[in-house]
This record gives sequence, structure tokens and C-alpha cells, in this order.
Amino acid sequence: MSTIGYESWAVDLADVGPIYPFQGSEMIMVAIGVAFWIGWHRIQFQREDEHLKRASKRALDHEKVQKSVERY
Amino acid sequence: MDGNLNALTTVFTEFYYWVTVVFMFLIHVGFCMYEVGASRRRNHMHTLMKNVMVIPLVTVTFFFFGWWIYWAFPMFPFFGGLDHEMGAGNLPWAETMGPNAADRITGVFWAAFLLFSWTAASIVSGAVIERIRSSALWVHAVLIGSVWWIIDAAWGWHYDGWMVKFLGYHDAYASGVIHAIAGGYALGVIYVLGPRIGKFAADGTPRDIPPHNPWMLTIGIFLIYTGFWGFYAACNVPAISPEAIGGQITGTTWTATNIYLAPTSLSGITFNFLMSMSGGLMAAYLVSRGDAFWTFSGGLAGVITASAGNDLYHPIQAMLVAAVGVVIIYRLHHWVERRFKLDDAVGAVAVHGYAGVVGLIIAGFVLWGAPSSPFEGYATVNPLGQLIGAMIMFFGLGFLPALAVSKIQAALGVLRIPEEVELEGLDFAEHHAYEDAKEAIIEADKAHLASKLTPAE
Repeated sequence: MSTIGYESWAVDLADVGPIYPFQGSEMIMVAIGVAFWIGWHRIQFQREDEHLKRASKRALDHEKVQKSVERY
Repeated sequence: MDGNLNALTTVFTEFYYWVTVVFMFLIHVGFCMYEVGASRRRNHMHTLMKNVMVIPLVTVTFFFFGWWIYWAFPMFPFFGGLDHEMGAGNLPWAETMGPNAADRITGVFWAAFLLFSWTAASIVSGAVIERIRSSALWVHAVLIGSVWWIIDAAWGWHYDGWMVKFLGYHDAYASGVIHAIAGGYALGVIYVLGPRIGKFAADGTPRDIPPHNPWMLTIGIFLIYTGFWGFYAACNVPAISPEAIGGQITGTTWTATNIYLAPTSLSGITFNFLMSMSGGLMAAYLVSRGDAFWTFSGGLAGVITASAGNDLYHPIQAMLVAAVGVVIIYRLHHWVERRFKLDDAVGAVAVHGYAGVVGLIIAGFVLWGAPSSPFEGYATVNPLGQLIGAMIMFFGLGFLPALAVSKIQAALGVLRIPEEVELEGLDFAEHHAYEDAKEAIIEADKAHLASKLTPAE
């Protein structure tokens, strides 16, 4: 048994095609990949929104903002 | 890959594109340095992260759907349906989209196009620094990098694209298909996003917001130049026989070709890259009266202006085209800035967008009547075709989609950061852990100093 479909390289390379594991499950891998991508955007969007809300409140401290502005 | 010549050509082509990808990585390094150098100290981490994360997001989406668009869309939707036959081998679940002993080109060719995608997204990223939300920019990065630019490539940067066939559109080194569209897209975003606080005085006079680190900008632009060599090489097919092209070329002489499979040479484009860069630098130095950053950017803008025709121009033509383009874009940038109160933080709209448009139009005149393709029945290069092509790139696929998406983001309140955060700086908002850690360690060091050491007498 081999996940890539070959247990030895005693083959004519002219007959060899894909050599990655779990051939035949490409569609499932794409679905998982797309879910990971969309999920990443969702998590990042929520976190950034929360950060900016917190930062907006903190930024009311004018002395701190003044210091930041002067640092250029 | 049977036969020695076939094997050698395949492996050479595989390695050739791989090398271009490594070179092109430097474009992104350069963009990162340029953006961080141009931003103020309170926005460094945010600016850097914003551009770095463009890399994975555009990469995965270009794998999922961008690459398929290139092969399926050459005639779609105006002159035919989707090309399912060509698209099939480039779908994310195709067997050729991974290690495959029977295919040695798809991966490196995909990557070469992908690096162009990063560039398109990164151009937009530069224009919007210091006030856009990362989440908003990353949506735009996916759209420009994996949707809009690759549609324009299918139409106008593909041997079978409808713009090439019917308009005679010629854009060998991507004046339009990368630079005009990305510049137009950036313009659409900044139009809605608005300028940074303080960019314009009360009477509307624009203020310069100087880079915090000029040297970082300098190294950044030189890295972009370096990566641009890879970009140029990646636009060519390195070695192909007339038989493999299958067009009208007769005889058995192998050649390098542009993306349309029409003859050019790496040697010829090397002349033109250097001469157009020089023309751009010289003109920018004069028109900006020696302003360092406009001069550096002028070199880049010069190359971009000449790129549409740099497969065929004489080197002196390339130099002059670049020089003319740079004068136009410099004037246009300042006029647009004053007239519309737009804040393009790194001059991306001018250097990429206007230069791309001007370059396409000039190529229509200089190359008027030249064959756009080695295949029969294609329109020849002409000014009208180039003008229409430039408008499609800059406005149709660049400015308008960016404007629409940005307006939606603005309406939902997810485009721009709050004003108080902009003043305090994004590094304190989104990357507070870094700043907090810095503050904590400085305090710790001070405390240690106070407790363990006494000042010298």
C-alpha cells in the first residue's frame, strides 16, 4: 500500500502521472482549502474590528496620541 | 518527455520560469521596503503586515480560481463561452496542479503569473497606506490579484485573447495588463477612501508627507528594478520551434517569443529595459528638478511606459518613449492631486496607471501595422485598438470595480480606520502587542539600570 500509488520506482516514467498522496480526493482537498481561506478572512475581519473598537476608546487619551503624532 | 532535445527544452523552460519567479520575489521585497519607508513610524508594522499577507491570500486564490480564469476566459463573455478544454487542466483539482511526472511546466508557469498577481495587488497596497483597514485591502488584493488582472490577461495577454485578435492589442511586457489596471484600481480605492489626515491644507493645497526613511525607499525601488528583470524574462517563452507555435512562421528556426508567441529575443528586451529605465530616470530628474523619489520612480515609470512595445522598439525609441511618458505622468499626477484632492501615498496611480495607459497609446502609433500575433486573421497593432485596450484596462477592469467594491465597504463602515486610530497610529491599534512589548522591555531595562548600576562619578 502506498498513499502516492507507487511502492517502488521500478517503472517507465513515460507511464507515470501524478505522484502526490491521496489522488482522487482533489475535490475534497479544494473544498477544505477554500473553507480555510474564507474562514481566515472571517476570523481576521472580526479580530480587526474588535481591535479598532478598543483602540478607538484608548486613543481618547490625548497625551498618548500627541506623543505618537510627534514621533512621525 | 521522450527524446533528448524535447527533454532538454522542457527542463530548460522549467528552470527558466523558476528563475524568473525567484527574481520577481524581489519586486515584493522592494514594495514592502518602499511602503514601510514611506509610512510614518506609528504605522510600520501595519504597513508591512498589510503587504506581506497579500502574498498568501493572492497565492491561494490564484490556485483556487485565478489560474483557471486565464485559460477559460480568452473569448468569454463577449465573443464566446468559457474555454472548458483549456481550463480543465488548470482547475485546482486537476492532476497537473501538483507534482506530476508527466507535466513539468504548469507549476512554474502558474507561479510566474502568480508573481504578477502579487505585483498588481501590491501596487494598490502602496497607494492606501496609513488609513485603510487591512481586511478591506485584502479583499481588494484578492480581487485585483486573482480576478480582474487575470481576466485582462486572458483577453489581452494570451495568444488567443479577443483583444489581441480583434483589436490588435499589443502589450508585450504588461504596460496595461498589470500596470494600467493596478493603477486604475488604486485610483478607484483612494477616490472613496479619502486622503490621510493633514494631506491637504484648509485651502486645498496638497502637503508632502515625507518618508520617514529615505534610504529604505531607495533600496526598495532598486529591489523593484532588480525584480523587474525577472518580470521581463517571465513575459517571454524562452525557446520554441515554429512547428510548436503552429502559426504562420515558416522554416525551422527556433526563437524566443513574447506571450503572443510572436518572435522577440531576451537580448533585444535587455537593450530596451535598460534604455527605457535610463530615459525615465533622465526625464524624471529634469521634470522634478532633481527630486530623489520622483527620479527613482521615474526610472520605473519609464520602463512601464515602454513595456507595451519593448519587444520590438529600437533602444533609442524605448528611451524616448520612456522619457515622454514620465513627463506626462508627472504633470498628470500633480494635476489630479490638486483637482480631485486624492492622496496616492507612493505615486502608484501615476507610476503604474498613467504610465501604463500612456505607454499603450504610444505603442499604437510607433508599432502601427505590426503583426500582433503569428497566427492568421488577427488585427495588426493600431492606435485605436491600443486606446480602447488602455481604457478597458484602466477604467473597465481597474477603476470601476475598485470604485464599486470600495463604496460598498465604505457604506458598511469597513473601509477606513477610525480617525483617532489614524492619529495614534495603527501599530498601537492592530499590532499593540509589539508596541506594548517594546514599552514593557524598555521599562524593565530602566528599572534594572536604576537598581543595579550607579552613575559614574
